[in-house]
Amino acid sequence: MKKQLLPAALIAIVVGGSATAFAWTAGVIGPRRVSGGTVANALEYNVGGAKPGYRRAHAKGICFTGDFRANGAGSALAGASVLKPGEYPVIGRFSLGGGNPLATDGRNVFHAMALLLRTPNRQEWRMALDDTPIFPVATPQDFVALQYASRPDPRTGKPDPKVMGAFIKKHPETKAFQDYLAKAVLPDSFGNAPYYSINAFRFTDPSGTTRLVRWQFVPETPLKGLDKDRLATLPKDYLVDAFITHTRHTPSRWHLQLIVANPGDVTDRATVAWSGPHRTIDAGVLTIDRAQIEEQGDCRDLNFDPTILPPGIAISDDPLLPARSKAYSTSFTRRAGEGPRPSAAGRDLAGQGAR
Amino acid sequence: MRRDPLHFAPLLRVLHWLMMAMIVTMLFIGVGMVSTTGSAYVTLLHLHRPLGIAILVLVALRLLVRLATGAPELPPDLDAPQRLAAKSSHVLLYAAMFALPLIGWGMLSAGGYPVALSQATVLPPILPHDLRLYAVLRFAHTWIALALFGLILLHLAAALMHGLIRRDGVLQSMTWGDARHDRHTPEHAPVPAPAADIAERDEIAPPPPDESDSPARD
Repeated sequence: MKKQLLPAALIAIVVGGSATAFAWTAGVIGPRRVSGGTVANALEYNVGGAKPGYRRAHAKGICFTGDFRANGAGSALAGASVLKPGEYPVIGRFSLGGGNPLATDGRNVFHAMALLLRTPNRQEWRMALDDTPIFPVATPQDFVALQYASRPDPRTGKPDPKVMGAFIKKHPETKAFQDYLAKAVLPDSFGNAPYYSINAFRFTDPSGTTRLVRWQFVPETPLKGLDKDRLATLPKDYLVDAFITHTRHTPSRWHLQLIVANPGDVTDRATVAWSGPHRTIDAGVLTIDRAQIEEQGDCRDLNFDPTILPPGIAISDDPLLPARSKAYSTSFTRRAGEGPRPSAAGRDLAGQGAR
Repeated sequence: MRRDPLHFAPLLRVLHWLMMAMIVTMLFIGVGMVSTTGSAYVTLLHLHRPLGIAILVLVALRLLVRLATGAPELPPDLDAPQRLAAKSSHVLLYAAMFALPLIGWGMLSAGGYPVALSQATVLPPILPHDLRLYAVLRFAHTWIALALFGLILLHLAAALMHGLIRRDGVLQSMTWGDARHDRHTPEHAPVPAPAADIAERDEIAPPPPDESDSPARD
């Protein structure tokens, strides 16, 4: 038996070493990583616990459909089919920031538009856009820390000023965002707000030239703001219900503007706006002509992962992009396992029916 | 296709070692990518899908070759439980090699995702867009992958046990070494040759023990 000791030890080392390497790769042992679960847990903590069945961020929303009519000008930047002249169907979702699916619309938070553009050759472009051109944090680590620091105290409804103050002190970019948000117009409709790509993306034209690009959807209807001093008096589901009603008779339109980075523009941090004149290409018109509650629309069971991109468009070095992709995926998997729950607008509709 | 009685068919041996490298890589990519929100996530995800479909294609070819050419006999002195373990673990290995890429493809279909091998190559969905189905498949994908890694470790341990302790030719049946069955009594065995096999099998393996130091050899 003794003569077999060495081979047996060898086998144990090989197998044990493989298992250890696997556990390290999986993040079970070794340094702690920010995983999709870390981000989702932070978002759940921020709203006082998980809201099963709903998106962990932008939990409150409505679905819409429409089309995107490309004029072909965008083909100068990327070979994606959706930028070639033509009319392509769109599925999307309007939402409000935060992880509470039943929170009031009277909050100074992100208004967001998510889009899925699909061409007949199965190319897809998914987007998750906000009505602010910049984001409060630059990295997933900071995003997680912000969720913990900004959790509203149930007694005051506001974050603990000591904790939040300490975070802001360390993060001038978050302070800059808060200052921007305090002054910015808070749109009084989903239909008249601009929506921004937040991050920069890498566009490669058919000749192989690569440029960094941000984009925005600019509304045809002039932007009008809510009275921020009277948000508490706004009906709870004002924005979601009003857009569904409005869209029954009036479509909303936006122009897709592709904005090419100037030399020196920051392209890997979403906290920094681009200023001054930029080469801007109007690539076409987005029309939204139908809006539905999530229970009836096509958007609820989709993950609007902004890294799902058509040929010619790729992610930039912005660390938020992989993090958004992974965190959205974790949120999607969690809510898929939990099963869907009624949306705020869906409850309102059911309530009307019962009356 | 023909094979000599002590070895698997040459094409099957090539497929085995090629797929070993691909599957081990794939399992590490899989657990690595889901552990992080860093840039590795997107990079690894873009490798994960085309590699998975390549494994699906190769395992289909491999099963055909395996069914057509058969396998060498197990050593006659192997007892019944070990025979059963050998046979069933191989059935499970094949099942997992088919199941994981198919579940991955089906899971993306059920989740409403494009099954993109590259930005320009997108496979059609094989299941309807259904989140409940997605949740079940997503769960199965993880746990079958972990089970496959466990099976591979058992398979590796058994292969090394055959090659280093029993020296019965079973390991060599999948390599290019001498695969005679009668080498399992170390006292009478010639100095074993498979040092090169050990090195190529696993980079983590330390160099083989210096056999000349072993008193048992004298």
